[in-house]
Amino acid sequence: MNEDVIDVNHFRKVYNNFIAVDDISFSVKQGEIFGILGPNGAGKTSTLECLEGLRAPDGGDLRIAGINPVRELAKLRNVIGVQLQSAGLPESITPDEAMKLFCAYHGVKPRMDLLERLSIAEKKNTQFYNLSAGMQRRLALALAIAHHPRVLFLDEPTAGLDVASRVELHNLMYELKTEGTTIVLATHDMAEAESMSDRVAILLKGRIVTTGTPMQITAAGAGLTKISVNTQNRCLIHPLITFPSVEQFITHDDYNIYFSTDIGVTVAAIIQYIQEHDDVIIDLRVERPSLEDRFLEITNAGGVS
Amino acid sequence: MNAFVQHFLFEFRTGIRNKQLLLMNYLFPLGFYVLIGIIMPKINPLFLENLIPALVVFSILSATLLGIPDPLVNGRENGIYRSYKINGIPATTILLIPVLTTLLHLFIVAAIITVTAPVFFDAPLPTNWWRFILVIFVMAIACAGISVLIGVVSPNSRMTVLWSQIIFVPCMLLGGIMIPYNMLPGIAGKIAHLLPATHAMNSFKGLAMGGTADFSAWGSMVVLVAGGLIAFGLALFLFSWDSRNTKRRGTVWLAFLFLLPNILGILFLL
Repeated sequence: MNEDVIDVNHFRKVYNNFIAVDDISFSVKQGEIFGILGPNGAGKTSTLECLEGLRAPDGGDLRIAGINPVRELAKLRNVIGVQLQSAGLPESITPDEAMKLFCAYHGVKPRMDLLERLSIAEKKNTQFYNLSAGMQRRLALALAIAHHPRVLFLDEPTAGLDVASRVELHNLMYELKTEGTTIVLATHDMAEAESMSDRVAILLKGRIVTTGTPMQITAAGAGLTKISVNTQNRCLIHPLITFPSVEQFITHDDYNIYFSTDIGVTVAAIIQYIQEHDDVIIDLRVERPSLEDRFLEITNAGGVS
Repeated sequence: MNAFVQHFLFEFRTGIRNKQLLLMNYLFPLGFYVLIGIIMPKINPLFLENLIPALVVFSILSATLLGIPDPLVNGRENGIYRSYKINGIPATTILLIPVLTTLLHLFIVAAIITVTAPVFFDAPLPTNWWRFILVIFVMAIACAGISVLIGVVSPNSRMTVLWSQIIFVPCMLLGGIMIPYNMLPGIAGKIAHLLPATHAMNSFKGLAMGGTADFSAWGSMVVLVAGGLIAFGLALFLFSWDSRNTKRRGTVWLAFLFLLPNILGILFLL
C-alpha cells in the first residue's frame, strides 16, 4: 500500500507557445484512488495523455510502476488500463468482438464475466453505434480492466450513466482498489471525486494549486459550515438570538440554519441555549463545505488558496 | 497471432456489415459489371475481349480507393487509434489489416466476375490463370498501398473523397478500362502511365489474356509492385495516431513519392 506506483516529477507539456502543464510533481500510491480536478484547459488531459503514453512530455520525468511511458510503451500497455472520454471503438464492433480483440492483444482470455457484471451481456452482439451512451461507457470500462491492469485511468467515467450504473461503477472501483489497483480519476463531478478519491489534486492553468485528501482540502478553505437545527418547542425561533462565530442565519422548513466559522463554539452554544430553555432537539445537522465549494473558491480566486 | 486473426476476422466482417464498405466492395462493382456487361458489347463488340480484366480492375479500384481511406480517417479522427495505441495494437497492423481484408473481398468479387462473365456475356476467359491471379494480386497491392496512403494523409473525409477521385476518375477514363491505351493521344498516354489501372490492363493483356501488351507487361508489374510498396511504406512513415496537437514524422507532400515508379515507367517502359 505504501509503494509509489505513479511518480511525476517536474512534468511539463507545451503545445507550440502554449504551456499546458507547467512543472508539476505528484505521486500516487498502490491501491489509491487519486482524483485530478480542474476546469477545462487546466492541464488534466495533457497530464493523463502523457502518463498513458499517448504524448511525450516536454520536460520532467514520468514513471508508472517504474516504467517510462515514452520509451517503454510496449511494457506500459499491460500495466495500465484506460477508459478514454470518447470510447474509441469502431462503429461496427460488437461488445463480444471488442472484448475478444482487446484481450487477444493483451494476451489474456476474454473476460465475458465483465460484460455480465456491467450489464452489457444481453447486447453483446449489438454494434457499438447502436448501444446507448451509458452502455458504450460501460463497455469502455470493461475493456480497460479486462487485462487486470495495475493502474487504471478513468476520464469522466460516470458521464452519461444512470444512477444504478453509477453505483455499480463505484462498487467496481472500490473492489479494484481493494485488490490493489491504483486508480487515477479525472472528473468534473465533484461529489464523485469527494466520495471516491483518497486524495485529489486541483489543477489550474497547468499547475497544481492544491493537493491532499478531500477532507484536508475542504478544511483549508474559508468556507462556512452549515448548522441546521429543528427543536420541538421552537425555542430558537426568536430572530434576535445570536450565537458566537455565526456569519449568516436563515430559516427554512422549521429549521434554523446557521453558517459558522467555528462549528465547535457555535454548536456548543446552540445546545446550551436549547437545554436552558427546556427544549428538545428533533434534528441537528452539521454540513462542512463540500469539495465543490472549495473548488469554486480556488478557481474563482485564480489559484490563490 | 491470435490477436492478428481476431483483428482480421473483425475487419473482414466489417467489410460486409458496414453499408458503405458493402457498397464499395460488392454492390457497386457487381452492379457496374452487370450494367457494363449488358451495354458495352452492344456498343463496341471488341470490348468483350477486355470485359473480365476491365471489370476486375474496376472492382479493385472501387474496393480500395473508395473503400479503404475513409475508415482510416474516421479511426484517427474518432480516437479509435488512441485506444488501439493504449492497448498495444501496432500501426503496421492498423494499416495492414484493411489491405488484407479488402484483398479477400476483391478476390471474391473477381471470382464472381470471372466465373459468370463467360456464361452471361460470352466473355473470353484468361489464357494463363496463374498470371491472371498474379496480376489481380499485384494491382490490388498497388491500389491498396495508395488507398492506405490517402487515408493517412487526408485530414478529413471530404479530402479523402477528393484524393480518391483524383486517381479513380482518370483510371476510368484513361486507364484502359473503357478506352484502350493504344487509342489514347500522345500526352494522354503519358499521363495514363501515372495510373495503376493502365499498368494493370497492360499486364492483363500481355500476361494473362493472350493478347499483346502495349508496352512491357512485366515492367508494368514492377511499376505496380514498387508503387504499392512505396505507398505503403510512406503511409507507415506518415502515420499519426491522432490529429490533435500531433506532428507527423514528415511533410504530407512526401506522399507524392509513390508516383516515382510510374514516372520512371514513362521514361523507360517501351
